Amino acid sequence: MTASVTDISPGVGGLAGGYAPLAGIYDEMFDAGAPRPHCRGLLAGLEKIGPGELARRWEQAQRLIRDNGMTYSPLGDPDRATRPWDLDGLPLVIAAEEWRTVTAGLAQRARLLNAVLDDLYSSQRLLQRGLLPAEFLFAHPGFLRPIHGQRISGGCHLQLYAADLARSADGRWWVVADRSESPLGAGYALENRIVIARMLPGVIRECHVQRLAGFFIALRETLQNLAPQHRENPRIVILSKGPRSPSYFEDAYLARYLGYTLVETGDLAVRNDRVLLKTLGGLLQVDVIVRRLGSGQCDPLELRGDPALGVPGLLQAARSGNVVVANALGSGLVESAALMAFLPGLCRELLGEELLLPSVATWWCGQEEGRRWVVEHLDGLAVRAAYRRDRQPQISSEVLESMSRDELAAAIQARPWEYVGQERVDRSTAPIRAQGTWQAARIALRAFAVASGASYKVLPGGLVRVANESAPLDVSILAGQGSKDAWVLADGPVEQVSLLKPGGQAVELRRSGAELPSRVADNLLWLGRYVERAEAAARILRTVLVRLSGESHSDVLDDPAGLLRAMAAQGLIEPGFVVEGIRQQMPAVDQVLPAAVLDERQASSLRATLAALYRAASVVRDRISIDSWRIIVRIDRDVEWPEGRTADPADLLALINPLVIDLAAFSGLVAESTTRTQGWRFLEIGRRLERAMNTISLVRHALLSEAAPSAAVLDAVLETADSQMTYRSRYLATLELAPVLDLLLTDETNPRSLAYQLVALCDHVEHLPRDRTQALRGAEQRLAMRALNSIRMVDEAMLGGRPGGEDHVQLDRLLQRLAEQLPKLSELIAHKYLVHAGVPRQLAEYRAEGDG
Amino acid sequence: MKYKVTHTTTYEYSETVPLCQNEARLAPRNLPGQVCRYHRLVIRPEPASLGRRIDYFGNTVHFFSIHAGHRRLSVTSISKLDLERPAPPLVSPAWESVRESLGRDRSLPGLDAYQFCFDSPHAAGGEALAEYAGASFLPGRPIIEAAAELNRRIHADFTYDTTATTVSTPLEEVFRKRRGVCQDLAHVALGCLRSLGLSARYVSGYLRTHPLGQQPQLVGADASHAWIAVYCGPAGWVDFDPTNNVEVVGEDHITVAWGRDYGDVCPINGTYIGGGQHNVNVAVTVAPLE
Repeated sequence: MTASVTDISPGVGGLAGGYAPLAGIYDEMFDAGAPRPHCRGLLAGLEKIGPGELARRWEQAQRLIRDNGMTYSPLGDPDRATRPWDLDGLPLVIAAEEWRTVTAGLAQRARLLNAVLDDLYSSQRLLQRGLLPAEFLFAHPGFLRPIHGQRISGGCHLQLYAADLARSADGRWWVVADRSESPLGAGYALENRIVIARMLPGVIRECHVQRLAGFFIALRETLQNLAPQHRENPRIVILSKGPRSPSYFEDAYLARYLGYTLVETGDLAVRNDRVLLKTLGGLLQVDVIVRRLGSGQCDPLELRGDPALGVPGLLQAARSGNVVVANALGSGLVESAALMAFLPGLCRELLGEELLLPSVATWWCGQEEGRRWVVEHLDGLAVRAAYRRDRQPQISSEVLESMSRDELAAAIQARPWEYVGQERVDRSTAPIRAQGTWQAARIALRAFAVASGASYKVLPGGLVRVANESAPLDVSILAGQGSKDAWVLADGPVEQVSLLKPGGQAVELRRSGAELPSRVADNLLWLGRYVERAEAAARILRTVLVRLSGESHSDVLDDPAGLLRAMAAQGLIEPGFVVEGIRQQMPAVDQVLPAAVLDERQASSLRATLAALYRAASVVRDRISIDSWRIIVRIDRDVEWPEGRTADPADLLALINPLVIDLAAFSGLVAESTTRTQGWRFLEIGRRLERAMNTISLVRHALLSEAAPSAAVLDAVLETADSQMTYRSRYLATLELAPVLDLLLTDETNPRSLAYQLVALCDHVEHLPRDRTQALRGAEQRLAMRALNSIRMVDEAMLGGRPGGEDHVQLDRLLQRLAEQLPKLSELIAHKYLVHAGVPRQLAEYRAEGDG
Repeated sequence: MKYKVTHTTTYEYSETVPLCQNEARLAPRNLPGQVCRYHRLVIRPEPASLGRRIDYFGNTVHFFSIHAGHRRLSVTSISKLDLERPAPPLVSPAWESVRESLGRDRSLPGLDAYQFCFDSPHAAGGEALAEYAGASFLPGRPIIEAAAELNRRIHADFTYDTTATTVSTPLEEVFRKRRGVCQDLAHVALGCLRSLGLSARYVSGYLRTHPLGQQPQLVGADASHAWIAVYCGPAGWVDFDPTNNVEVVGEDHITVAWGRDYGDVCPINGTYIGGGQHNVNVAVTVAPLE
């Protein structure tokens, strides 16, 4: 369609100066050049703030989004090009009166779809009475027959329902899609609100914008009431597809906001028809599962999905009533476009009501009349997949849009039931801020309803998606378009509600948070290791770079027994650099340092370690504080350099210096702002193990090999181990090997020493959950103690021996033994606490006629 | 005829399996002419839990899990049956009239028949299959006659070959190669019939084992077998065995379960942890009882 620019009328002045809605299209904010009455409050508020201040606040809001790591696909892209959430600063305002109509329509639709599900998964009377053509169900790829007949507590299949709404030129809202499988977006809507509320706190109050918290309180109540047992304090988990799924940000966000444990299928196991959560402390029964993956992926035993993705036996556990899954398994059946064609009749029959909120006109090609109509009107209609399964359309809209008329007709002819024709809605526009001006953009609104008692409660707001052009806005909610906050106005001032205080009930005091799944503990351990590994690499690189760019250049770096050996041991540079004879043929060290810092393809480079750190942190982001996460995001950005540009030592230093500070900030937060739960312990165990190993490696390679290290090497090692200050305060400037060895190995008061790490490890291992009735210590306890004792047995002779002499050989052997024991300790801990089970596999199906 | 069927499936693993969860569809159905008087499932090692339910298609499903570490799992199903199948009707309506009636009849049996007209994961229709089937389904031909001829043609055109296909070979490939085992041939027949808009289901079961030399041995004895049933309107469901070119009239075929295709009635499926390599062994005996 073509849009012409209307004259700018005097009403659209001030901030919105020059805003030009499209002719013939409904604009959400302006009507005939003047602001719509319900938008005046927002516009007045924005005028009052003024453009300069608004721009400043907008900057801040952008930073908040960035710092919160708010993305729509944290690890979805293989190249890690994560895109931050694109939120527009101008909210969509909806009048109170109008929203009441939408609310009634949405609640009715949710009840209706729930009733349809209840029928199709039990008696199927709708088919017998001809209210729904049987072929709709029989051809549906998402009709999961093993689910038929399952017990549904209270008959409620849909705890959460969402609808995508579009407004046509005449100002009416149409439902363009129903979402019942496991609707996404409520978390993003909430996060949008938090950002905008921080940007426009006064305006949001003065405009009487309804709050969103009430919706989430209702969601929590509903989920709590689902629990078959333990009604008082049920264990509710959010079952996520994991950090590689596009919805992971929201999964983690909701888990944290609602206070539930975020789990992946590997965290759950079914025993005796009960779903159990594998935690450090053992297996704990789960009462309610909020599922964020498609029904067909939930149980590889009965539904034959990917065995690594689902929970074998979940369906039987749900059937026996020991666990409730929300939304109920199979509920995706009704989010298919084909059903829309039948909703008005179904609504009359099932609810005895007229359908309040119309669907966009839809014809299903699975029936003769529908097919004929669609094929005859291909030019005016959008052809879409009739069915969805596991949250995916059978054929993507993009593919269908790219097909010619003849291709579409042929496709419909071949498999008619797979297609619908839908009228296109000429969606409304709203202004968005772009390059300093306001521009008209097409919008779509995803609205949410939550089951509450016998009916549904609608979120006063929603997730607004924005497209700058008039292209169809029906691709995935996570496809990376812009978004807006939606403000639903109240009739009067709005009461404060908070999720933290549900209805004046006294909260039982507890000392531990939600249980720690073994998989999370494993990732925390690795996060600790990567943070420490990054710090060790950054420190040694910095020490070398400082010397390369300063005066003290040559003496340290020319000494192959010194830092280069330690760097080679860490994998930062090739081992050839420290091998006499080969070394002479290698490029100068400063030639390879840029790759050691920046090249992600080099396995042990600083950049590669940071990437691993970021990945480990993303997996446990619901377990670390928001501030810690912000630092992780910063750490990930600290070491970035444009491809192709050469970096000299000064450039590299400029990258590494802030990184060292950010890594320290992360450690500080872990030390000061993390409660001493088992999760913290695993993070710490990871750090201590890694630091102990790095210290051993540094001492052995830089100080104990070959001849006596020079003062310059001693100084560089102290700097690398962050112990220069301590040394100077004790020994002033006299650099001797023995006191350096003491400080780095045996001094239990130096947080950088090996002995300090071993003391900490002993303590952590001691406090891991264990069977207290066992008389003897566990293998991992014994190993940690043996390591600590051996370092405590080191005497002065060993430290003060002649370089290269017998005493140092003994010390080196001791360190070598420790270097072998520490990985074993890590393994013992992993076996005892982390490896609860392997990945489930499917039995080879033997064929009928199996004697071949 | 009275039978005792013993069906043993043994899984052997190279490494210990600490946990497995399984489903079995091994208990024979009751149907006109077939009464299962006795059924027992013997599972070794002893399962931690064993339950039973009826699935969407009316088949009996046993589900069990084993929590004790094991390297060998055996499942033996023992059943005793009385078989006296009524002869299929001699006359049947024209196949087009059966096709027209499907979908119009919204009674429970009508809907039950209608659901098997639709594509299923292992047995979907297609142009090539429709064309192949069309040679038998001539205008106005009685449906049983046409289906019997299709059955004969599949038997003649396809080579029984246990190495040509696996469980996951797509139907198009089976059709192109003209080779496969009984379950492949059943899927070809289902795809053909569904391509024409007819209703047909997959039947899993057993064939009578004849003592060697007494009677021609049927292919598929000593193993679990598969064939199809076609909905013939007022003439009801009539079974055909494309592997053996038999219109199922006699008492050699014992029905265990039916569904849209193999995926709905797989005799044993399950998931397990660990195990390393595993192999499967199946032994079936169908012994007539005097």
